[in-house]
Amino acid sequence: MTTNGSTDYVFETDGLSVYYDGKLAVDNINLQVKRNHITALIGPSGCGKSTVLRSFNRMNDLIPGASVEGKIIYDGRNIYDDSTDPVEVRRRIGMVFQKPNPFPKTIYENVAFGPRINGYQGNMDELVERCLRQAALWDEVKDKLKENGLALSGGQQQRLCIARALATQPDVLLMDEPASALDPIATLRIEELMHELKEDYTIVIVTHNMQQAARVSDYTTFMSIDRSNPDARIGHVVEFGPTEQIFTNPQKKETEDYVSGRFG
Amino acid sequence: MADVPIDSGGGGPLAFLRTQAARNVYERVMHALLFIASAFSILVTLGIIASLFGEAITFFTANPEVTLREYLTGTEWAPLLQSNPQFGILPLINGTIMIAVLSSLVALPVGLATAIFLSEYAPGRLRRAVKPLLEILSGIPTVVYGYFALVFITPQLERIIAAINTAFGLTDGPGEIEINLFNALSASIVVGVLIIPLVASISEDAMRSVPRSLREGSFALGATQFETATRVVVPAALSGILASFVIAISRAIGETMAVTVAAGATPKMTLNPLESVQTMTAFIVQVSFGDAAAGSINSQSIYAVGATLFLMTFTMNLIGDFILRRFREEYE
Ligand SMILES: Nc1ncnc2c1ncn2[C@@H]1O[C@H](COP(=O)(O)OP(=O)(O)O)[C@@H](O)[C@H]1O
Ligand SMILES: [Mg+2]
Repeated sequence: MTTNGSTDYVFETDGLSVYYDGKLAVDNINLQVKRNHITALIGPSGCGKSTVLRSFNRMNDLIPGASVEGKIIYDGRNIYDDSTDPVEVRRRIGMVFQKPNPFPKTIYENVAFGPRINGYQGNMDELVERCLRQAALWDEVKDKLKENGLALSGGQQQRLCIARALATQPDVLLMDEPASALDPIATLRIEELMHELKEDYTIVIVTHNMQQAARVSDYTTFMSIDRSNPDARIGHVVEFGPTEQIFTNPQKKETEDYVSGRFG
Repeated sequence: MADVPIDSGGGGPLAFLRTQAARNVYERVMHALLFIASAFSILVTLGIIASLFGEAITFFTANPEVTLREYLTGTEWAPLLQSNPQFGILPLINGTIMIAVLSSLVALPVGLATAIFLSEYAPGRLRRAVKPLLEILSGIPTVVYGYFALVFITPQLERIIAAINTAFGLTDGPGEIEINLFNALSASIVVGVLIIPLVASISEDAMRSVPRSLREGSFALGATQFETATRVVVPAALSGILASFVIAISRAIGETMAVTVAAGATPKMTLNPLESVQTMTAFIVQVSFGDAAAGSINSQSIYAVGATLFLMTFTMNLIGDFILRRFREEYE
């Protein structure tokens, strides 16, 4: 992989480490996230994928006892700089969670929530429709925008959450196992949707499903528990590269074992 | 196969049958005792309600000069008059509702703000310290609140009113604001304080049961802590919050000693909170402790008032219950 100008990267982490209650959870993560591409984070459960993902929009700030070391450069700025407002970071970096978590509000109000708190001045109806279309949900809900978001099916709820995240007009979408609670058909729809969304957004997706990573992502980061000190259960990056390379020609034995299903 | 005696004293292979039989008897006795205990409390409650309404009906049948219509629409309550006593309940309802409304103005905002603080802002340790404190607060005998109103709050109110009178040059003039030693405002303030823990505690429980994932969803959209609390958590907990309001108002309606001590015993159709009023509960206390002979029209009238009060608070509780059920949000 050849490195172009740093503007190709939305995120560059530099020595990122995260602690929970003083205990190291992930250590010295250095990786890049390329603009308008899908980057997957894979690895066994508990290796710190979610922890790394949540560092990108400072969601770890909300966990009492969590602390972060190192830098994440976004848009030329360290988002962990003292002068950076985490609320501002989260407005520009959207997140979709493992379990769909629509608000107990109408479908319309779910999508309008972000723009409203951000003081959006434009035409809200248009924005809501656009985001629901982008999330491939419009046709299914256009006649029931006033119904409660919780009344939708799981797959629809997750697409509603994607629409909700898109409505703040972010650069990046962080997705933490967005399909793990969904059935195969709903999962496929989310994956198709991701392909469409990468035209306009940069996506980082956590998944423990290797087939999914292979299907959807352009780049893959394989994380694992540091084997030199297994009792401490410290997560680290084993290998990072284009998805095809990680799956067909991994450089590390540990990666090969994992992607060929011999481990994890 | 050898013959195994079932009742071999040393505990043969089937000896457990005996202990199991004993356990079954024990279980059945406990079951029956528990049933009797719960049946007892229900029967006592039903008995009280029956006698309450029975006596209330007697009040009307034994005193044909008092019609139900007069009772419900009359604006004068003067049961102690020797000649021509008046039994219009409206002044008592007026006093009761005035105090319920004014105390709600104190308790609902403060209680909700307390709940938001405890649920969304306070660190775990502070919350665990404050919550039992709230419960202790609601365990203080309400007569204490009444005297607190009388000897502390009312003098402060008098001072404030005097200051207002001086500031606007109203002293000794026709527009001078007067405040009674016994007044609805002072009573309302302490009743408000009295029911704050109820609002705070129930609302906080409701807000804490809102799943963390909803808060995360909100924060991830760039909402601040305050936006998350007010626009996501409070709406998601609305049924519990409204129920806490209704229960608290119902409690204010039924509150007895604080209003008896602080608000006085002057049944009056007034909207001025600086005057003395009488609530339904205060009237019942007055007659119970006072001069009414058993079987007299006065002692019967308290059952009519009591039944009315019961219907009001019962209705409020039904509404609270309905809100909780009807608007409960299911998340899982
Ligand atoms: N909120 C938390 N508090 C304490 N420890 C946590 C918390 N979240 C995650 N961890 C720990 O950090 C490690 C990585 O967890 P996580 O990032 O969720 O892994 P993954 O997403 O790869 O399954 C685990 O050992 C987990 O127990
Ligand atoms: Mg995870």
